[in-house]
Amino acid sequence: MTTWPILSVVTFLPAVGALLVYFLARGNDEAANRNARWIALWSTVVTFAVSLILVMRFEPAQPDFQFVEKAPWLANAITYHMGVDGISLPFVILTTALMPFCIVASWKAITVRVGEYMMAFLILETLMVGTFSALDLVLFYLFFEGGLIPMFLIIGVWGGPRRVYASFKFFLYTLLGSVLMLLAIMALYWNAGTTDIPTLMHTAVPRSLQTWAWLAFFASFAVKMPMWPVHTWLPDAHVEAPTAGSVILAAILLKMGGYGFLRFSLPMFPDASHDFAPLIFTLSTIAIVYTSLVALMQEDIKKLIAYSSVAHMGFVTMGIFAGTTQGVAGGVFQMVSHGIVSGALFLCVGIVYDRMHTREIAAYGGLVNRMPLYALVFMVFTMANVGLPGTSGFVGEFMTLIGTFKVSIPTATVATLGVILSAGYALWLYRKVIFGGLVKPSLMSIKDLTWRESLTLMPLVALTILFGVYPKPVLDMSAASVQQLVNNYASAVTAVKAAALLP
Amino acid sequence: MMGFETAGYQLLPVLPELVLAVGGMVLLMIGAYRGAQTTALITALGIGLLVVTGAIELLLPSGKLVTFGGSFIVDDFARFLKILALIGSAATLILSAEFLADQSRRLFEYSILVLLSTLGMMVLISAGDLIMLYLGLELMSLALYVVAASNRENAKSTEAGLKYFVLGALSSGMLLYGASLIYGFTGTVSFAGIAAAAREGSIGIVFGLVFLLAGLCFKVSAVPFHMWTPDVYEGAPTPVTAFFASAPKVAALAVFTRVTLTAFPGILTQWQQIVVFVSIASMVLGSFAAIGQSNIKRLMAYSSIGHMGFALVGLAAGTVEGAQGVLVYIAIYVAMTLGSFAIILAMKRDGRPIENIADFAGLSRTNPLLAFLFAMLLFSLAGIPPLAGFFAKFYVFVAAIKAGLFTLAVVGVLASVVGSYYYLAIIKVMYFEEPLPKLDPMRVELSTVLAVAGIFNILFFVYPGPLVSAAAAAAKSLF
Repeated sequence: MTTWPILSVVTFLPAVGALLVYFLARGNDEAANRNARWIALWSTVVTFAVSLILVMRFEPAQPDFQFVEKAPWLANAITYHMGVDGISLPFVILTTALMPFCIVASWKAITVRVGEYMMAFLILETLMVGTFSALDLVLFYLFFEGGLIPMFLIIGVWGGPRRVYASFKFFLYTLLGSVLMLLAIMALYWNAGTTDIPTLMHTAVPRSLQTWAWLAFFASFAVKMPMWPVHTWLPDAHVEAPTAGSVILAAILLKMGGYGFLRFSLPMFPDASHDFAPLIFTLSTIAIVYTSLVALMQEDIKKLIAYSSVAHMGFVTMGIFAGTTQGVAGGVFQMVSHGIVSGALFLCVGIVYDRMHTREIAAYGGLVNRMPLYALVFMVFTMANVGLPGTSGFVGEFMTLIGTFKVSIPTATVATLGVILSAGYALWLYRKVIFGGLVKPSLMSIKDLTWRESLTLMPLVALTILFGVYPKPVLDMSAASVQQLVNNYASAVTAVKAAALLP
Repeated sequence: MMGFETAGYQLLPVLPELVLAVGGMVLLMIGAYRGAQTTALITALGIGLLVVTGAIELLLPSGKLVTFGGSFIVDDFARFLKILALIGSAATLILSAEFLADQSRRLFEYSILVLLSTLGMMVLISAGDLIMLYLGLELMSLALYVVAASNRENAKSTEAGLKYFVLGALSSGMLLYGASLIYGFTGTVSFAGIAAAAREGSIGIVFGLVFLLAGLCFKVSAVPFHMWTPDVYEGAPTPVTAFFASAPKVAALAVFTRVTLTAFPGILTQWQQIVVFVSIASMVLGSFAAIGQSNIKRLMAYSSIGHMGFALVGLAAGTVEGAQGVLVYIAIYVAMTLGSFAIILAMKRDGRPIENIADFAGLSRTNPLLAFLFAMLLFSLAGIPPLAGFFAKFYVFVAAIKAGLFTLAVVGVLASVVGSYYYLAIIKVMYFEEPLPKLDPMRVELSTVLAVAGIFNILFFVYPGPLVSAAAAAAKSLF
């Protein structure tokens, strides 16, 4: 149907933008900075526009990969193979949609080395879109790991006071998990003779290899997700990263873990996934309850949101490994919703941080008196974070809980506690920051949202509420692929059970 | 090709070596009669000679050429590695221009020694028996000992040369001892003959093999025979360090691969455990010991120890894929190393070279392009995709996984994570710290080498086909 490689264009357009920034925005003067900002903004906007063509031409009823491109690359069996299905397309769109917001959020906040900053973000966008659309394991790994380089620099160069520590921790933690996955990729390569993802999905993997490969992939995705107890890099990275870095980290990079579980662990190692599901349930419930409690004790706004992210990702892993239609679809939806909501929350924090240069909860209070519009916007996202019905946060949490309830009632019961706890910390944060008397002298002259800030937040408010009352667009897009995934998973698991029952 | 033979032996296969030897002698005569003012001319002619040698090598008839009764072999494996060694040597001569231009030094012998050493490497790479192996090894090493001490006024350089010589002589002794044992127990020195005789490893052959491998480990600076590396790297003049880190490593790894795979295929399990141990020890030591270094040249020494460990991962597999992995690894390693040393040579402030990593602070703001290329080379050395270094590691580990060496592979990738720490630490200094004064402008020959190495390194992933398939063909010729 398509005559031009639309997916590759979406993937590499930002990289072209980065080259333009390099050539057209040289020097450190104000003109160069302005050029860099505008080029970056236009690149991301155009990329988003092109990615919308994907949505228009996408056939939701078709569960297989679409917009497939294939070209020889490393060897006969390792090719440049791209394509999206209903599970990956939402993440591609999420990425391209959020990038312009990140650029705008950095408009005034970043004043040094603007060109390099924009280049790092654009390269990162290429790598993120590539991760979600790669259909070859080696290619996937290339994009997946390549993202570490720009993110390392973003945290380390433009981050807060402890940025060096945070950037190293982020890099080494993620790398450690991923190299084990690389070995598993190689083992799969020798097992099937190819690293082509669609082929591998239909290749039976021997039981012992499944177990080891599952664990190796788990090492990578659990760190990326992040799951308890390997989540400790996340609060550090979030706190030190610049606002847009936090947004990308929470909204997209974390989703790579969940996407990995959906794309690889479940379809390629169904038996191992089934065996390890109790482990995932345990870790997820611990994450949900424990990190929610930890969030209650935070003094730093960003850290609180970071811990709440870990808790929300707990719902995702729980839903995915429940292996039911509701659970998996809920997991996808929860990731999209969390991408919007947590990204928006970090943008909100960035707005007050730009004014006051502190993220201490104690430094704020009574903001509603001077910033009514901000209070309203922050309220919407807080409620979505809590999972209030009518916001997108509710849909995802509810679906993952239903999906898990069918499989494991204790897990679902404990996880529901997390919903209550999340209301606890989110409302507590809101009360401390927004309500109360405006007594702190430093806050007396704080200004409400500028038009530029409103422009970044209003679309996200609209989406949060839209998906809360009408989640159909996202659910429909992923439905066919999710159904196929769940069916294949169920039949693989039943086959094993039947084989075990044979005398 | 009538008349192109002597005493009944074909000379065509050794034509490149002959050209290089005769050319080197002619250059020596020019230098000897015209004095030190010819240094620049001799260096330029030397580079030309290396290019001509490489061209002749490529123009030789394809397939496997054997001469001197089987002691000299030209196959795809030899061609691949010879070209690589020639590139390494030529790049070294280019990088040495500034060092040689110094009026107080003006060593015309320097270039000739590099040429002779390269000749030794080419013989070594083509060696088909133990005698030829030893001839090549000694020709290469003797020239290297002198080059290491070529900064005569500097005590550290002299110390480096002496240290390298004494330890190198010891390792040659061990290698000879091993070779004599192998000869004693098999009755032949040719690799093919040894392979036929050593189907089952008798204790004597294994004993000889251990000594032989010890000597070879010294040359590739693999643990536990690595002790000379940091001192020699630090003490030798920087262009010489660049040389040590590139071309001789190619030759030593080549002979290591050829000896183990063609002379001892029957007792793979015997030498495999040695290579696995050496590989693990090198990777781990290279990664951990580099963390504490503050001098960039010492750090590169430990980094090269680690990289040799990674390259040996492929050899440990003992398969075609493994040999291919070694070849891809060494090719990419040479490119990364030459690029890095071009940058290290360019690090000068007020005419004085800086070797302390702390002095690179804020380089990304004073010299953004240089810092970017260095950062990319360091990420590549750490093996982060999509840079070339990732593919190097990919191919050796793929071979190890296929051969079932899971422990080796897991230890290897974990060591690479530890190793990435010290590369990141350099990037941290360049990118995250406040800038120091600007560096001196980069010399044009350094930026040329850096540009080629940098572009190869960053864009390798776009079109990896040619190198990978050339390495595959070269690896097949060994089996």
